[in-house]
Amino acid sequence: MRNPQLTKNGELQHLLTIDGLPREILTAILDTAAPFTEVAEREVKKLPLLRGKSVFNLFFENSTRTRTTFEIAAKRLSADVINLNINTSSTSKGETLLDTVDNLSAMQADMFVVRHAASGAPFLIAQHLAAMGLEHIHVINAGDGRHAHPTQGLLDMYTIRHYKRDFSDLVVAIVGDVLHSRVARSQIQALTTLGVPEVRVIGPKTLLPSEVEKLGVRVFHDMREGLKDVDVVMMLRLQNERMKGALLPSPQEFFKSYGLTADKLQCARPDAIVMHPGPMNRGVEIDSAVADGPHAVILPQVTFGIAVRMAVMSMLAGA
Amino acid sequence: MKIHIKNGRLVDPANGIDAQKDVFIAAGRIAAIGAAPDGFAANRVIDATGLTVCPGLIDLSARLREPGFEYKATLESEMAAAAAGGVTTLACPPDTDPPLDEPGLVEMLKHRARHAGFAHVFPIGALTLGLAGERLTEMAELHEAGCIAFGQASVPVVDTQVLMRALQYAATFDFPVWLQAQDPFLGKDGVAHDGEMATQLGLPGQPVSAETIAISTILQLARDTGVRIHITRISSAAALDMIVAARASGIAVTCDVSINHLHLSDADIGYFNPHARLVPPLRAGHDREALRRGLAEGAINVLCSDHTPVDDDAKQVPFGEAEPGATGLELLLPLTLKWAIEMRLPLLTALARITCDAARVLGVPAGALSAGAVADLCLFDPQDSFVVTRELLKSQGKNTPFLGQTLPGRVRATLIDGHVAFENGR
Repeated sequence: MRNPQLTKNGELQHLLTIDGLPREILTAILDTAAPFTEVAEREVKKLPLLRGKSVFNLFFENSTRTRTTFEIAAKRLSADVINLNINTSSTSKGETLLDTVDNLSAMQADMFVVRHAASGAPFLIAQHLAAMGLEHIHVINAGDGRHAHPTQGLLDMYTIRHYKRDFSDLVVAIVGDVLHSRVARSQIQALTTLGVPEVRVIGPKTLLPSEVEKLGVRVFHDMREGLKDVDVVMMLRLQNERMKGALLPSPQEFFKSYGLTADKLQCARPDAIVMHPGPMNRGVEIDSAVADGPHAVILPQVTFGIAVRMAVMSMLAGA
Repeated sequence: MKIHIKNGRLVDPANGIDAQKDVFIAAGRIAAIGAAPDGFAANRVIDATGLTVCPGLIDLSARLREPGFEYKATLESEMAAAAAGGVTTLACPPDTDPPLDEPGLVEMLKHRARHAGFAHVFPIGALTLGLAGERLTEMAELHEAGCIAFGQASVPVVDTQVLMRALQYAATFDFPVWLQAQDPFLGKDGVAHDGEMATQLGLPGQPVSAETIAISTILQLARDTGVRIHITRISSAAALDMIVAARASGIAVTCDVSINHLHLSDADIGYFNPHARLVPPLRAGHDREALRRGLAEGAINVLCSDHTPVDDDAKQVPFGEAEPGATGLELLLPLTLKWAIEMRLPLLTALARITCDAARVLGVPAGALSAGAVADLCLFDPQDSFVVTRELLKSQGKNTPFLGQTLPGRVRATLIDGHVAFENGR
């Protein structure tokens, strides 16, 4: 089966997941993003690449931060941006997902930026557009269930490359709730595709998915052991509702075992960088001293995120 | 009506016959096999040259969707699909709306099925009222109305005390109980096998222990109550091992597997293909291999279609929200043949699993071409093949993970009670 996000010529048609994308495409996105970081420093922060195009931010799940960064990215490329926050659940009797897509397609959309609580929803939309002969509409996955958050994975790669230059001799640790994290899956796929020789995941057994080692990672349950000599620490957000499903006893105990403190960070290499996809729960997965400390590159991640999203949008529009 | 089926290859697993033999039918029954009875004058001769002639297929699980889900399928559409698939006897699970928990509903279903013609329909009655797992149904009444066994379709009984009493009560009358093994808690959230694929796709996983824990409960209660137990739709190697061990310890337990689990694994979910959303979930590749071997060796008694027509709207949603199930009546024979070819099995062995072995579990006199038996037959061309398309399927449900695949074997004619119910595509 052909990867539905690639054209017959192997070019990027949609960005749905990092999984299955060749290294060349990932590198091309990062390379394209580089000059866009300078646009932000200009007096006129606009490029005409998406002039006349309509980008629909289709958010079936609440998000202020990600939606805003996509909106800024699209506006800097001179696109018209329409934001739709569709609060819906599978049980509500509202319009179906594909009816919504059909309606917006009829409004001459050029690009859908989709966030949805169900894994695979952007695939469904992309497959539906293909079935309707609407291949010219591009889909960007802005986070689907536990499955993927590819632009987050890419902006993380951009950040790592910015600080570490090369992927080929890095040790990277991803810490926390991997089970529920679409960010972690996209990070793991991007890191292994770009040739990082050692990717680790650290967390309690309740928060690591089954057979996670088959994704090409080393599994650690002891954080100090897992952080030993790493170059990059990627923290994950811990949702409060994890206490309900008997996955964890308390945020306090989680912090004790898996919260990133300055003390635990000592196990990493002296020049290690600390990343977080935001929003942070200070005192749950990360201590303020680290979040605001010299190793943290959390705010640059946000800045790079806009450039990476501009790169993805411009590449898709040019495809 | 007297019919002479000539020059066919007769494969009758019940009688161990695989030879070129003619079949003679009179008054809805098999009059003779081989040589014509004295004075037999056929009204019709069917030339079966190049065709295989076997007993009509018996499907242990076909949802006809009536009553309650007529927008997914109707009795007429699914009975036509059964005939097109060579199926002449089928059991339907009780998860209709309302569920088959009172005699009136069962009588109506039997009546409607007879009226529609085609296959012999045997309803499985609900074990508990509304399948809610709280109160017993009137099993004796339901039995009189036509239920041949009792079960819960794929709805687990949460309260093990209720389950034990339901099995005791069924055992009182020697009614068989058919149960699908799924722990109500471990099976609650998962929409895919808890393994690499679910991890990769970010789908909530259902561990194998959701099946094995439930099987353990069922087997222990079966031993204690002495009920005749049949475990439906097993999905894992571990489940099969437990059933084999239970038999060795003296528990009379039978089981079946679906055509989907015989041929597919979780890898077939691919890019969130909603047609691969099934209950139980498709398991790992090694599970599928164990099921294929188990069925070949007879450790798994029966292969069934687990026919579940689902309307497009219920499938055109993200994978986890898609309604589980696949249409299957018309794929039962082709997928049996495909398995037989791939496993290099004799046709006698393969067809036994969808004819006489199924009849034994069902407890009905069908699935054999003995003189005097009801003339239910399937004539198919084993050399022909076809591509599964929406247009080709007579079932109202077009939902199958096999869409687009080329499958071996085409049914040329189906005879039910000595009448031609389906012939050459019609």
